[in-house]
Amino acid sequence: MTNPGPPEALLTVEGLVKHFPITKGVLRRQVGAVQAVDGLTFDVRTGETLGVVGESGCGKSTMGRLITRLLEPTAGRIEFEGRDITHLGVSGMRPMRRDVQMIFQDPYSSLNPRHTVGTIVGAPFRLQGIAPEGGVKKEVQGLLELVGLSPEHYNRYPHEFSGGQRQRIGIARALALKPKLVVADEPVSALDVSIQAQVVNLLDDLQDELGLTYVIIAHDLSVIRHVSDRIAVMYLGKLVELTDRTSLYTAPAHPYTKALLSAVPVPDPRRRTQRKRILLNGDVPSPISPPSGCRFRTRCWKSAEVCSEQEPPLLELRTGHQVACHFPE
Amino acid sequence: MTAPIETTGSAAGAQPEAVLAGAKRSQIEGRSLYQIAWLRFRRDRVAVAGGIVVILLVLLAALAKPIESVFGLDPNAFHQDLVDPSLLAPKGSWGGMSWEHPLGVDPQYGRDILARIIEGSWVSLLVATGATVLSVVLGTVLGVVAGFYGGWVDSVISRMMDTFLAFPLLLFAISISASLQDGAFGFSGLPLRIGVLIFVIGFFNWPYMGRIVRAQTLSLREREFVEAARSLGARGPFILFRELLPNLVAPILVYSTLLIPTNILFEAALSFLGVGIAPPQASWGGMLTSATGLYQADPQYMIVPGLAIFVTVLAFNLLGDGLRDALDPRSK
Ligand SMILES: Nc1ncnc2c1ncn2[C@@H]1O[C@H](COP(=O)(O)OP(=O)(O)O)[C@@H](O)[C@H]1O
Ligand code: SF4
Ligand SMILES: [Mg+2]
Repeated sequence: MTNPGPPEALLTVEGLVKHFPITKGVLRRQVGAVQAVDGLTFDVRTGETLGVVGESGCGKSTMGRLITRLLEPTAGRIEFEGRDITHLGVSGMRPMRRDVQMIFQDPYSSLNPRHTVGTIVGAPFRLQGIAPEGGVKKEVQGLLELVGLSPEHYNRYPHEFSGGQRQRIGIARALALKPKLVVADEPVSALDVSIQAQVVNLLDDLQDELGLTYVIIAHDLSVIRHVSDRIAVMYLGKLVELTDRTSLYTAPAHPYTKALLSAVPVPDPRRRTQRKRILLNGDVPSPISPPSGCRFRTRCWKSAEVCSEQEPPLLELRTGHQVACHFPE
Repeated sequence: MTAPIETTGSAAGAQPEAVLAGAKRSQIEGRSLYQIAWLRFRRDRVAVAGGIVVILLVLLAALAKPIESVFGLDPNAFHQDLVDPSLLAPKGSWGGMSWEHPLGVDPQYGRDILARIIEGSWVSLLVATGATVLSVVLGTVLGVVAGFYGGWVDSVISRMMDTFLAFPLLLFAISISASLQDGAFGFSGLPLRIGVLIFVIGFFNWPYMGRIVRAQTLSLREREFVEAARSLGARGPFILFRELLPNLVAPILVYSTLLIPTNILFEAALSFLGVGIAPPQASWGGMLTSATGLYQADPQYMIVPGLAIFVTVLAFNLLGDGLRDALDPRSK
């Protein structure tokens, strides 16, 4: 390989904001807003896996639903392959749906219990009006094999499968139309720990096989550490650190990232003593009234006066290593 | 109810993956939730008994006229020779039971009670079923729309349901019946009465159905398979009809089965109060009315229609409960 040059961005997100209004009374007067996602800027490069990590409630799913345009952004801009899709309607998004797909968190609620596996995995063809060569049934059976299920499961119903198998069905559905970008929202967090690795490895294998680009969301680093090329750390609707996997693990710059990393079990017992577990005190503040300045300051051990007065911008600390902190490491 | 069939899911869940690959090859066709519910239902003896009685009742009601003519039963034929006018009671013991009149005769005119019970069955079931269909259709459509679209649409429909539920249904029924002359809307006599009863009972019962369907829709709407359909470019109607409705069929079916007995009682009550089916047409509620003043001399005249109502309502309720347990074992 020659010099790769600047990697091409498949998806670009700029200043993405989603506020859910809180209304009161019959007149639905707005009394506040859940600031679920509050100004995200990042890109997803063709062929990479971007891991997005953060505690529950910090806006990861909202971010995923925004970039797949299942939600309408409050502000900001989303570009897919250079095309502005920020405010495309249902019809405008329809052709784009082939290229952007989603894998959902809960394998028990993401498959319609009244439909057979064949109907579920065949739905993308029906909805997009695509007639694959050899018919939908053959194509679906091929997809089932691709994700490690038997083609004979075609006429089965979701309740006949285990969680891991159901998640495979969901993956088959997401991959049916050969999308370019797949957003996986905590794809294994509802699964048995023993099965998690199998499903993550399946995703990894399929990426190579089909040339997919992934955004994989997780609530801790243990799941995505092996498969992500770059990792974005979110806290209360904001990106606090975004860098490639190696520098995130070897040189985390944001206090929150350090705390997250310390919570990941270290496989090597000799190294266990080196890394002290950082326990964050307190809860995640409410996204309805987030702290002023740095949103992490209520739980940060390095917090100083400036942290409550000025919001730290997401800046490039080193090449390709962005951090939002007044006192990065 | 126990639900051992559920083990397919959990057993497979306990052993990771690959279980299905070899072990269950033989059984290629999947079992739908309905097939499983049917297996579960079949093992519920009480519900099956209720179901059989319901089927017999429906057959009786549907074939009431042919049965009457085959057996020469006339619900409106007077047999004054069989009653004792001074006592206002049938001659003989047990309410005038005999081979010709197995359930006896009525104490005023000597009409055959069996014939009147059979004749009353179709009125009762027709009104109850008609009213149920009306409230199920209204309740389903408005409940789904409210739950699916939410926002102000939901607010309007929900307020409407509250208003209907606050409405004094009985007073309304009485005043409608009283104010209707013998002909209206191109109908008269019995068809008009039946139509009015179906309308009154069905039209004012739909909010119960509506609330159930709305609540179910609200919870279904949040399920991820709806988002999955949207992420494939599905529009509202597709989500409504292909994703949501198949999941609403079971609760609607269960609730309809439980609504029928309520409506049977309602029809009987209205007829009992004299604002339902008008005499001389036989109806169970009407028979009870005419029996009230005479029960001391002839208790049987009250017991027979009372039992008919009781058995019918019980059978439908047992069937409905069984369906609910079979279709949703977690509901209890
Ligand atoms: N549809 C919605 N309406 C109102 N608030 C919402 C909605 N979806 C998510 N939220 C809120 O936005 C915040 C972020 O939620 P989410 O994106 O699901 O977080 P995560 O996936 O990181 O756990 C939470 O406080 C959640 O309650
Ligand atoms: S900006 Fe201040 S409070 Fe926020 S993470 Fe950095 S040091 Fe902590
Ligand atoms: Mg989430």
